[in-house]
Amino acid sequence: MSDTLNRERLLRAYRTMRTIREFEERVHTEFATGDIPGFVHLYAGEEASATGVCMHLRGDDYIASTHRGHGHCIAKGVDPVGMMAEIWGKSTGSCKGKGGSMHIADLSKGMLGANGIVGGGGPLICGTALAAKMKNDKTVGVCFFGDGASNQGTILEAMNLATVWSLPAIFVAENNGYAETTSSSWSVACDNIADRASAFGMPGVIVDGFDFFAVHEAAGEAVRRAREGGGPTLIEVKVSRYYGHFEGDQQTYRAAGEVQKLRDEKDCLLQFRRRVTADGDITDAELGTIDAEVLALIDDSVVRAKADPKPGPDDLLTDVYVSY
Amino acid sequence: MARKITYQQAINEALDQEMARDPSVIVMGEDNAGGEGSPGEMDAWGGVLGVTKGLYHKHPGRVLDTPISESGFIGAAIGAACNGLRPVAELMFVDFMGVCFDQIFNQAAKFKYMFGGKAETPVVIRTMYGAGFRAAAQHSQCLYSLFTHIPGLKVAIPSNPYDAKGLLIQSIRDNDPVIFMEHKVLYTMEGDVPEESYSVPFGEAAVVREGDDVTIVALGRMVSFAQDAAQALQKNGIHCEIIDPRTTSPLDEDTILESVEKTGRLVVVDESNPRCSMASDIAGLVAQKAFGALKAPIEQVTAPHVPPPFSDALEDLYIPNAAKIESAVSKIREYG
Repeated sequence: MSDTLNRERLLRAYRTMRTIREFEERVHTEFATGDIPGFVHLYAGEEASATGVCMHLRGDDYIASTHRGHGHCIAKGVDPVGMMAEIWGKSTGSCKGKGGSMHIADLSKGMLGANGIVGGGGPLICGTALAAKMKNDKTVGVCFFGDGASNQGTILEAMNLATVWSLPAIFVAENNGYAETTSSSWSVACDNIADRASAFGMPGVIVDGFDFFAVHEAAGEAVRRAREGGGPTLIEVKVSRYYGHFEGDQQTYRAAGEVQKLRDEKDCLLQFRRRVTADGDITDAELGTIDAEVLALIDDSVVRAKADPKPGPDDLLTDVYVSY
Repeated sequence: MARKITYQQAINEALDQEMARDPSVIVMGEDNAGGEGSPGEMDAWGGVLGVTKGLYHKHPGRVLDTPISESGFIGAAIGAACNGLRPVAELMFVDFMGVCFDQIFNQAAKFKYMFGGKAETPVVIRTMYGAGFRAAAQHSQCLYSLFTHIPGLKVAIPSNPYDAKGLLIQSIRDNDPVIFMEHKVLYTMEGDVPEESYSVPFGEAAVVREGDDVTIVALGRMVSFAQDAAQALQKNGIHCEIIDPRTTSPLDEDTILESVEKTGRLVVVDESNPRCSMASDIAGLVAQKAFGALKAPIEQVTAPHVPPPFSDALEDLYIPNAAKIESAVSKIREYG
């Protein structure tokens, strides 16, 4: 797979980021109507991270995600229509309505699941990467986790194990500034999460998570090294979320105007649009067409999610075991 | 052809034969070979009590030592199972589940259901349990009832070398996550074990001894204590039927219920602490589903509600034994 950001790949990156944004903005609106059950954690603002990393991945590369997983799912190729139905708890959802927002998975796309346990994915990605190494299939595993998970033992154990076993794994710390209400500037004892990489014998890189190109470049290097047997990397993506920890969070712990300032000055889609149209190769109109297509896709996904049937009573007891 | 080998050798043989049969089977755990990175020889230990000894050299590259990092490597075994391998991970002592339980019960156990049936996690977690080694409170517990409680996990508890081999082979071939419980005192137990490969199916209890007077359901090491008790009681004309469930998830309810329908009396013997135990679970099952057959209250012979003690004087009191089983049987024989 070429890492070169040619025209086709730039348009694809934009479509992915726009799809994530539109999906999340729409879930935000719909959640406010009271129609969506459960806990929903939105990824809006962080689109460049999932997209910049997953652009380098093959279908059979695995990723492990977090409770804030919609963006990772879309970037790894999970169908947004099935995702939306899953979030509504419908039988047509990615997980037949049995997982919900926090557990969307599609192993056929290498998506090992959003994960409701903070830090849960680190050891699992060591496992997919171990299998990749033993099978010598040149695939890699990417563990997305947050600043909260960066303080969990599972992540620290996983990073140690990944180096000890020299695994084709990439640890992507999405530091969005807050673990629920708690600032990472307080909860992370060192200056940067990436500083911890040296303790686990791997390179640590810091990137601006609002800059797709920066994420893409850093991830490209890490994925290339992992595929070539060079071992794991820790990438800290410094970013922010546009919404609360979960929907309904009043976010009183944030500074006044914090999010609006980010939307106005740092937004990944705005920056991307400015840069690629300034280069002259891609026009505003082309991006506008993508915007319209994405909007239609998300509209359709919501219409279908609302209309689709819920799981039936028989579904309660199935899918626990392969055989029992 | 059957010959006498130990429970420990039976487990080693099952691993060896399955690794030879299926290249996707790997073994991992703390010191499972032993000596990784050290100046001396590899396969120094073959597991802390030598259960995996010899596999490292027979199956190059497929026996992995791990750091002391249970969440890390148990989780890695689970992740590898999602990506085409059939890992057998060793959680050295079941007591250490406290530092890795999330990976077992929130990850492995849940994937199939919460992903809508699309995930399979064929991982085996072998673990050593039980009292008797004077190993004290953090190295002597049973804890299988905690795993049994979790939908998505299967739990095998072999009581003898034959079942140890057959249940482990079944565990490795099974496509669901399996917790395989090895009683540390049973490692030296000898028994007839066929050399060839075979599996013991899950959810099929063994009727270890037939009798009409009292049903004794016993697990793991407790099965042999129940046999000793039944032997002694026979001299008094009391005929006990002993049932070894062999797996607690799935549990062969029918065999237990049919036996109680016949005998009308039940003693459950479980080395665990008594609350929310397999003893209370099986007693509840029988009380609910065979109430009409019962001629006497159900007796439970378990450890007391205390942590496993260190001193031999105390540990010997803690562990259920044949005398306690005999007295439980006599008590319900005398009831009405």
